[in-house]
Amino acid sequence: MSFWSRHQIMEKNSIVLIVGILLVIAIGGLVEITPLFYLKSTIEVVDGIRPYTPLELTGRNVYVREGCYLCHSQMIRPLRDEVERYGHYSLAAESMYDHPFQWGSKRTGPDLARVGAKYSDAWHVTHLKDPRAIVPQSVMPGYKFLAETEVNLDQISDHLRTSRAVGVPYSDDQIKNAVADMKAQADPDSADADAFVKRYPKAVARNFDGKAGIPTEMDALVAYLQMLGTLVDFKLYNEKANLR
Amino acid sequence: MQPNNDVKWMTAGESGLAGLFTLAVFLCIIAVAKAEDAPFAFHATLAGFASLAAVFAIFNRYFDRASLPPQEINGRPNYNFGPIKFASFMAMFWGIAGFTVGLLIALQLAWPALNFDLPWTTFGRLRPLHTSAVVFAFGGNVLLATSFYVVQKTCRVRLAGDLAPWFVVLGYNFFILIAGTGYLLGVTQSKEYAEPEWYADLWLTIVWVTYLLVFLLTLVKRKEPHIFVANWFYLAFIVTIAVLHLGNNPALPVSVFGSKSYVAWGGVQDAMFQWWYGHNAVGFFLTAGFLAIMYYFIPKRAERPVYSYRLSIVHFWAIIFLYIWAGPHHLHYTALPDWAQTLGMTFSIMLWMPSWGGMINGLMTLSGAWDKLRTDPVLRMLVVSVAFYGMATFEGPLMSIKVVNSLSHYTDWTIGHVHSGALGWVGFVSFGALYCLVPWIWQRKELYSLRLVNWHFWVATIGIVLYISAMWVSGILQGLMWRAYTSLGFLEYSFIESVEAMHPFYIIRALGGGLFLVGALIMAFNLWMTVRVGEAESEVPLSSGATLQAAE
Repeated sequence: MSFWSRHQIMEKNSIVLIVGILLVIAIGGLVEITPLFYLKSTIEVVDGIRPYTPLELTGRNVYVREGCYLCHSQMIRPLRDEVERYGHYSLAAESMYDHPFQWGSKRTGPDLARVGAKYSDAWHVTHLKDPRAIVPQSVMPGYKFLAETEVNLDQISDHLRTSRAVGVPYSDDQIKNAVADMKAQADPDSADADAFVKRYPKAVARNFDGKAGIPTEMDALVAYLQMLGTLVDFKLYNEKANLR
Repeated sequence: MQPNNDVKWMTAGESGLAGLFTLAVFLCIIAVAKAEDAPFAFHATLAGFASLAAVFAIFNRYFDRASLPPQEINGRPNYNFGPIKFASFMAMFWGIAGFTVGLLIALQLAWPALNFDLPWTTFGRLRPLHTSAVVFAFGGNVLLATSFYVVQKTCRVRLAGDLAPWFVVLGYNFFILIAGTGYLLGVTQSKEYAEPEWYADLWLTIVWVTYLLVFLLTLVKRKEPHIFVANWFYLAFIVTIAVLHLGNNPALPVSVFGSKSYVAWGGVQDAMFQWWYGHNAVGFFLTAGFLAIMYYFIPKRAERPVYSYRLSIVHFWAIIFLYIWAGPHHLHYTALPDWAQTLGMTFSIMLWMPSWGGMINGLMTLSGAWDKLRTDPVLRMLVVSVAFYGMATFEGPLMSIKVVNSLSHYTDWTIGHVHSGALGWVGFVSFGALYCLVPWIWQRKELYSLRLVNWHFWVATIGIVLYISAMWVSGILQGLMWRAYTSLGFLEYSFIESVEAMHPFYIIRALGGGLFLVGALIMAFNLWMTVRVGEAESEVPLSSGATLQAAE
């Protein structure tokens, strides 16, 4: 029986054919994906990485909602020009709490993986409202409406709880105080600000959009942008530690 | 089902489905009342009205029908064309909608004032609308229509299921509606080509499993001993898309009455899942499915058998095995481990072989019928689509090589590559298939006008050439500007200088996209007139499937 006539078994039996297809397509995915859940380089823990604060998480959700990832990557490749332009190449650990990841696939605008602390809050607010007021050649849309939309305080602890269920290590304390922390991060003079910084080491509490009252989505987005890429201290990072 | 000939009964399918939809109406009312956010309430309202319409339609059909449509009439299969007509119409509708949104976002990149700075008109929300409208709405409806047609004709039986085929086409288009309106309202999980949120994903799962069952059960009851090669490709497309959809989309909603969810995977694992999905959405949705179209419609239109039966066997197994591995080439030089990137690159290069094997099998099918390219613009469209397939599947492996990718990644070159595949291959093979299909299923003798097909062909071809050459130049220019150094060792250009340099190419690209849209409008008019004023086919249709048995 030649190979070609043997193949007729597939052609004459739809169930055999479908099982054959399933087996053939399963191999590649299993080989490439499964090891990522146990290899050291993909699950390494790096000092400084912490879950997003409630305000940053809200800002991140705005970033996702507005499709920022379609024009801005968050993944610096270890190439000379990228490292000089944007900073240290991105580590797997830096996006370990990102559900979903925001590496992006296109740079219509620049990479944002280390945009944090490069510009002032006022720069970001003005730029987000009207990009061409600051960068005349920019093709970015304006996002005035973010400054006029208040964040949703009711659901934030549910957001933290859901994140914890998919693997982000929020503590009970952090979940319980989510609303207070959200307000405190945009109001550095409030009584809760100290407790907030204790719960989220190296988090910055500032009035990002310069307006008093309930934080706006502008506060949230700027808080998120200002922390991007700032968590790891690369003077202390040992890049050989998890190589093998 | 009908114990008494005098009394008409509802079938189990009719009563069961009507019951489920009635239940759905009540669930939707509860969902609207308890909704946590406005988009969720809006979608629950849409779902409620759709369910109500479904209940009405089921009862309406029941009261109108005498008995169920027979499987055969006079010994010939009683083919089920209704759902195919609907899907063909929707394909044309979504195609024009998707191309129009594409043109708009192309213009936004040239002139950003066109974003209007309103939440629902910015590039970030419209871009997923464009990609989903062309890939899943246009492409998806073409695949539904052609697969339901091809599987019936090549198995010589009526489509399995009574209401199920209608459930598939209507349910799929309802998914598109939910996904599309969701993007505009900011409902997205941000995974490219898998943006719809959890509830849309769940609904698609139900529809897709039904699609698989309809297709598979039609194969099971076939009257032909062999399963025709096009059906292998359709089956691989349906099964694999199901696997990819389930693997990439697990997510936990914040509330069952809210639209927001958090994806189960995070960071590097999520990236790998995403591009395993993303690249195989290309491999199985935009390639395997449309190769099935190639394997049926080109032989049919050229009236020649498939060039090589053995080549189609090798082509099939090689392409589905190799494609799955190619995903990591979207993640070169990222935090994904090197070995995975190298595997992705290696398999992408190997993929060149079966891709060109398939192309040769399609093109050589014209052996002895090449003269038809001069006289039949529909066949010309189908053949040129295969040529574009060959070009895009050569460019793809090239771009997956890590050094090339270090230049091309993140630039417009990727966009150009995608569009040479999407406009040239998927677009043209779909247009060719619809030009064949519409006269067949509406029983028209021929198309309203072949001259208009010719116009469509040339206008669209010029559009594609403008589009992809503009993107090649802008992409490579961008990549070179980003890595350019002065003689003193400083980066030569700021990022914004590279943005400024793109402007003329974005205008040329928009012009190309505009021409492609004009071509599609010509097509829509042509098909509309074919159905409206076309001469009805008098005799028994010629398409008996005689040329379509496996060539042995």
